[in-house]
Amino acid sequence: MIRALEMKPGTPVPQAEIPALDQEEFGEAMLALAAQDCRIAALFAAPHPLADPAGRLRIWAVMADDAAGTVWVLRSRAIKGQFHSLTSLLPQLHLFEREIAEEWGVLPEGHPWLKPVRFPPPVPGRASVFGPKNEAVGHMDFFRATGSQAHEVAVGPVHAGVIEPGHFRFQCHGEDVLHLEISLGYQHRGVERALPGFPGPRTLALMETLAGDTTMGHGLAYCRAMESLSGTTPCPEAEILRLVMLELERLANHTGDLGALAGDVGFLPTLSFCGRLRGDFLNLSALVCGSRFGRGMVRPGGVGFGLDRERTALLRERLQATLADVEGAIQVLWDSGTSMRRFHDTGVLSREDATALGLVGPAARASGLERDVRHDFPRGWYEHLRFPIPTRDEGDVFARATVRHLEIRQSVNLILNALSALDPDLASDPARLAPRTAASPPLLARDALTVSLEEGWRGEICHVCLTGPDGSIGRYKVVDPSFHNWFGLALALRKGQISDFPLCNKSFNLSYCGHDL
Amino acid sequence: MFSIIAQRLRQKKRTISFPAAAPTLPDRFRGLPELDPGICATCAVSCPPPCILACPAKAMFEENGAMRLDMGRCTFCGSCENACPHGAVRFTQGYSLSARHRDDLILGPGLLPRMEALDTRMRKLFGRSLKLRQVSAGGCNACEADANVLTTVVFDLSRFGIDFVASPRHADGLYITGPVPENMREGLMLTLEALPLPRIIIAVGACAISGGLFADLDTSAKGALPHLEPDLFIPGCPPHPVTALDGMLRLLGRI
Repeated sequence: MIRALEMKPGTPVPQAEIPALDQEEFGEAMLALAAQDCRIAALFAAPHPLADPAGRLRIWAVMADDAAGTVWVLRSRAIKGQFHSLTSLLPQLHLFEREIAEEWGVLPEGHPWLKPVRFPPPVPGRASVFGPKNEAVGHMDFFRATGSQAHEVAVGPVHAGVIEPGHFRFQCHGEDVLHLEISLGYQHRGVERALPGFPGPRTLALMETLAGDTTMGHGLAYCRAMESLSGTTPCPEAEILRLVMLELERLANHTGDLGALAGDVGFLPTLSFCGRLRGDFLNLSALVCGSRFGRGMVRPGGVGFGLDRERTALLRERLQATLADVEGAIQVLWDSGTSMRRFHDTGVLSREDATALGLVGPAARASGLERDVRHDFPRGWYEHLRFPIPTRDEGDVFARATVRHLEIRQSVNLILNALSALDPDLASDPARLAPRTAASPPLLARDALTVSLEEGWRGEICHVCLTGPDGSIGRYKVVDPSFHNWFGLALALRKGQISDFPLCNKSFNLSYCGHDL
Repeated sequence: MFSIIAQRLRQKKRTISFPAAAPTLPDRFRGLPELDPGICATCAVSCPPPCILACPAKAMFEENGAMRLDMGRCTFCGSCENACPHGAVRFTQGYSLSARHRDDLILGPGLLPRMEALDTRMRKLFGRSLKLRQVSAGGCNACEADANVLTTVVFDLSRFGIDFVASPRHADGLYITGPVPENMREGLMLTLEALPLPRIIIAVGACAISGGLFADLDTSAKGALPHLEPDLFIPGCPPHPVTALDGMLRLLGRI
């Protein structure tokens, strides 16, 4: 008997129904769930009462059971000053515990790798567990290899390309990378701290820009959280349109990534073709909602834009034409022997390591892990579609590229499949698609908790919302897939070379701002 | 080798003829906003108009009895257009949005953005060759992604002599995206200091112009201002690549 509450993502539960555990019980329950192949979806702290930032902290955990399609929610009793770290037994918690330590000034006792995560501004009334030397971004004790031939290479935060900032530090012996340490936080905007209160127009806009390339993913996770807490069900047409847009986002990014991977090994034809094709997918999003990134499309209760008969036909036609060009662009890459030599056996992440780190998304699937929220926790129109999860076992750059290619095909099929069920008359009725406007925000259940899971193009997006006694947002936790996956990139670089880094980095293509929030 | 050539032919020529010909934009594109002079004047004195309440970015405001829309904050989400019961706010297909001065981004009924080129000396220096160092300072990767799109075959930025370069030492200007939160301020300033003079500074997107949605957050993300004095402001969230290209070409006096 595990002392935790099993629930379906999207179904709100009263917080009082979640058993409050002391530290030992909390640890035992977490380990028991992990032994049943559950993995971490979210771990965070919240003060009690929620509205009192100086209140006693409780730790909340959401463990995902992929096989059962449910999540387990746990909470600890109030902690003071410190809590038992579980990282050495359950490495997938490592960054979550560091995050709690940094955010709330509590010490995860026994954490083997305790360092800052994003260097946020100091919290009044809560002392830092790291002390004054870690106050400025990037200032921390880096892991260090010593020896007469060991050397260190530091890169960033500002990089050579048009890319977000982050600091990478390589410990090398000759050409070999012994370890890569990634220090982020440069993109930290403080979004989570701005979310408590009654949701308003800015809340959705902040969600859409948590990671701008994942506007649909985070926007949808937020809207589903609001719908869950307010008992709203979008119409089937809105659900179909959401699926279309989420898959278009995946198509654009996967196509761009395959092009960039080709570019990183100097194979320019695919880089050039896919650069254009990525834009064509973005333009399909703009065809639907006017924004290439899907801004303004999803809103609590439905969607902002409809599809009439002509627009649906145009979308279908352009989608198929673009897919045909993508296939051609990727085929020449697969046929390029020198490119494939660089892809194979580079940046290998074993299935064991991927499991231990709790990896998600295409990176997890490329290491043989069959996990995909659309499949395991289907919501909206995904409930009506059955599809296999494409995986590879190699765990290298080639596998991560191949999984993306297979997902591109699958996304096009999912869109075409969903569109065939769309009634154009109903799908072009604005009142039906978006019953709620910004002027009538939803009333949320009081003292409740809900969990939203979405499969963004990088992997699982988890949002957890705790409401207060007045039905306002008391604590809103965002877990971007990148938060799970950055350490996977660090491990993939071990025993590789610095020259493998751009290629490996692109094969994960993680979000800096999604991590830094 | 032959299959690559065949594929190249199959993928066709994709470079748009902008600025020689007008760009093709989606019909639902939300470009230059327009406020109705008659209706907005009466609405501005009612308290508070629905467009102001609906705006996620505090871009709509009332000033001396007149409605104003600050494109330096606007995310072009269309909420004000949807909220206005009179149909007085409208996002048009206008893609030419850039301005040289921050105040010129504030629109009102009948007020349009004003744009002028660099002076003769700067045009002589950069008009045919402008190398830019891009810095993302808290950007969400949408502005960054569409900056990358400018370098694809579709827009082919380098045909205008404009390029993104790796080193600030090689750059004539800085292309800033993001609201510049506390943790990126030093990185941005050090990059700027590494640029040789004279240089130009371009603030791209609502975040870099004003802090956008993040201006009130506790990381003091106010955008490029007031620390820097940008020479060009390109509004949007993110700006459409055509808007960004249009702004840069106008700056160089090439449109």
